[in-house]
Amino acid sequence: MNIVLKQRSILPGFGLTLGFTLAYLSVIALIPLFGLFLRTAELTWGQFWATVTDARVLAAYRLSFGASLIAATVNVLFGAIVAWVLVRYRFPGRRVVDALIDLPFALPTAVAGISLTAVYAHTGWIGQYLQPLNIKVAFAPLGVVVALTFIGLPFVVRTLQPVLEDVDPEVEEAAANLGASRPQAIWRVILPELWPVLLTGFALAFARALGEYGSIVFISGNMPMRTEIVPLLMVMKLEQFDYAGATAIAVVMLLASFTLLLAINLLQWWSGQRHSGLGS
Amino acid sequence: MQGTEVGTVYRIGLVLLACTTTNLIPLSRVMGQERAVLLNVSYDPTRELYQDFNAVFAEHWANQTGTAVTIRQSHGGAGKQARAVIDGLEADVVTLALAYDIDEISRRGLIDKHWQTRLPNNSCPYTSTMVFLVRKGNPKAIKDWSDLIKPDIWVITPNPKTSGGARWNYLAAWGYALKHNHGDEAKAREFVTRLYKNVPVLDSGARGSTTTFVHRGIGDVLITWENEAFLAMEKLGKGSVEIVVPSLSILCEPPVTVVDKVVDKHGTRKVATAYLEYLYTEQGQRLAAMYHYRPTMAAVAEEYAHKFPEIDLLTIDGVFGGWQQAQQAHFADGGTFDQIYRPGG
Amino acid sequence: MFQRKSPGTWQTANRPVLATTEPTLIRYLLAGVAMLFVTLFLLAPLAAVFAQAFSEGIAVYWAALRDADTLASLHLTLMTAAIAVPLNLVFGVAASWSIAKFEFLGKSLLTTLIDLPFAVSPVISGIIYVLFFGLHGYLGPWLAAHNIEIIFAVPGIVLATVFVTFPFIARELIPLMQAQGTEEEEAALSLGAGGWQTFLRVTLPNIKWGLLYGVILCNARAMGEFGAVSVISGHIRGLTNTVPLHVEILYNEYNFVGAFAVASLLTILALITLVVKSFAEWKFKQELHAIRM
Repeated sequence: MNIVLKQRSILPGFGLTLGFTLAYLSVIALIPLFGLFLRTAELTWGQFWATVTDARVLAAYRLSFGASLIAATVNVLFGAIVAWVLVRYRFPGRRVVDALIDLPFALPTAVAGISLTAVYAHTGWIGQYLQPLNIKVAFAPLGVVVALTFIGLPFVVRTLQPVLEDVDPEVEEAAANLGASRPQAIWRVILPELWPVLLTGFALAFARALGEYGSIVFISGNMPMRTEIVPLLMVMKLEQFDYAGATAIAVVMLLASFTLLLAINLLQWWSGQRHSGLGS
Repeated sequence: MQGTEVGTVYRIGLVLLACTTTNLIPLSRVMGQERAVLLNVSYDPTRELYQDFNAVFAEHWANQTGTAVTIRQSHGGAGKQARAVIDGLEADVVTLALAYDIDEISRRGLIDKHWQTRLPNNSCPYTSTMVFLVRKGNPKAIKDWSDLIKPDIWVITPNPKTSGGARWNYLAAWGYALKHNHGDEAKAREFVTRLYKNVPVLDSGARGSTTTFVHRGIGDVLITWENEAFLAMEKLGKGSVEIVVPSLSILCEPPVTVVDKVVDKHGTRKVATAYLEYLYTEQGQRLAAMYHYRPTMAAVAEEYAHKFPEIDLLTIDGVFGGWQQAQQAHFADGGTFDQIYRPGG
Repeated sequence: MFQRKSPGTWQTANRPVLATTEPTLIRYLLAGVAMLFVTLFLLAPLAAVFAQAFSEGIAVYWAALRDADTLASLHLTLMTAAIAVPLNLVFGVAASWSIAKFEFLGKSLLTTLIDLPFAVSPVISGIIYVLFFGLHGYLGPWLAAHNIEIIFAVPGIVLATVFVTFPFIARELIPLMQAQGTEEEEAALSLGAGGWQTFLRVTLPNIKWGLLYGVILCNARAMGEFGAVSVISGHIRGLTNTVPLHVEILYNEYNFVGAFAVASLLTILALITLVVKSFAEWKFKQELHAIRM
């Protein structure tokens, strides 16, 4: 098997469009990102390691990764229910709810931050009922989870919806005819179909949550070791004129993002494979 | 009412139109042709003061020289603002919360090394101090710093890493503890640690903290600038909060200076210097006093003396050996502030 | 390929076959949970924006919008979007053309790189430009010497916005164009049409709704970006404050009604986006479906 750099095609414009794409990508993203690595290289390995494993930074990783993980999990559970209800049931207002799912995409994160804080602070609409139960949302780690759940929801619902729409009811009928109960049918027939997309949705929500800044700074309370997320820590380092420190942490986050992206692309490829295998 | 609404719709429409048709030209070019433009980069609570002062100075400058001047403002946490200037935000003058941040800009060569001697009174046209803001009627009976470390008290103060005011707060508490423990540093550290254990929210700037305390109703006491406390009472509290003056506080000196590199580049040194000097005139001092900053001009200070409670004030130079030392010991990475949040700290 | 009705017409409600649906109680329960979740997480914050904005009456609301600084921030935000979106439009079309219509080595790496801004923290996107164009950055001294302002000025804000939003259009177009394949274009070319002509007459009509959908998303994100722009803006009132930054400033000036009033502008924009998006999505599905048939 010989490696083909580019397969022949009679379509024109390959050089032009790929060239433009690469140039644009380089100027806007790759060269500046490379600068980030270059700046980190000013640190020795020991300094770099000390910066990115500092106790406060570790606590921030724990919160950022932990809260993103919880939020993505919540989104997979409830997002699956929401997607199921939207695809399978017909009820008044369904289209409105369906459109509303994208709100977190469209609403600026700063607006989301102040309004979530207004709703979940202990004087807010929902916060006042949680207060007597001793549940603190705003200015506590839970607030971070709430905000991250908000911004991550559409990723799960929107990746699930098209696949759910494609699940053929005949398969379910067949399962029922063969004597499977409804839960069995869902567990054995539908869920296996959904695994790759569920995982993709999870990974997308997780990746998005990991980098979120705008909404969190309003709702988290920004306590060192407790409610300080990694992006905030970077800003904080920057404001203390600690550029090397900020970029070192940025590099760690960047590597995490890149790994996640690769995982997502693999997952999508996997689910694509399964689908082409099953569908047509 | 109808007419103005239509007017607004019309204006927003005009803006939309203007955007689609005319411009890729940066606004600054358009604005910067005829008149001098100054950019004043300042910290959080000075918004109201400079809003008024800028108008007064512009009028004064027009009368004196016949040329118009526009002063633009940028506000934020002191650290963020200094960082922006270092990174190239072209501020003609900086009016920040403490000398350390200006020193940092100066270290990067943008401001003359001896900037602090260029204007009277260490380049501080006004001073302030830190006081407490408590709920109406002072239900938790908070009188002094020692009350802040009681277990059932929630204290609101911003993050010393990013807020200049918060650094003054922290040092005031430290200084109080030192004084009451005969200079025992370990005791002072313990005191401050206990105090910060009572802090449920660390906002990034003084303004964020005031919002948290007054608007969100979180905490029993807010440690803040005297001027900010007065302003919050006027603007927000309206009978829901009151000021408590502790037995001892710190003399806060928010300095001002021109950014040499920038004014030389813009050719605005003359107007920038005049702008800052105007802060020291009777007119400027009165404005400062009106916005609850303590004036430094003796005559004006006397006139407004009734406004400002007498507090025993310690100084940064006297107790901490100046800002460079205080910064290194307390707020640098790994300093005493970081240690508070270390496990077992 | 089996014959199927257009997507979405298959309805449990019309065809209550017990074997393929849940008991009524469970259905109501599931629908109830879904609605509660949507209410708590989406509806409540949405309603809060308007409730707070109008909490002191419509007069105060209008006054906040009429403020000169608000209008200046609106101007800047619209201008930023007006530059960033067309740039990303050209990029999106070029990238998806090369990726969807051709097979070449490193294609999946390129696709992953295009996704980067989705996963990179907006704060990092701001920092990289500061490191590059800041006074102490790699190009900073040269820019300062030549009097070129990038960060803390409009170009920097545009750059950061472009970075954050460039995947949106490409991301929508790539799967669509991949699904469409190359037969139609090849046919047009073999009939003697030029490259541009083929693109304009054959490809563009096929992708127009997907394109619109991407542009709308890109635009909404461009107007709402906070983190990246906040790092790079300098926060000069009336000059480098975008609308989201102005919201923060008003919020910090104890002007909560003002903050929420301006926020409501952005929210209305978001809602309009959703409506147009739903419509484009509907058309877009038809487009996709037309290919699959």
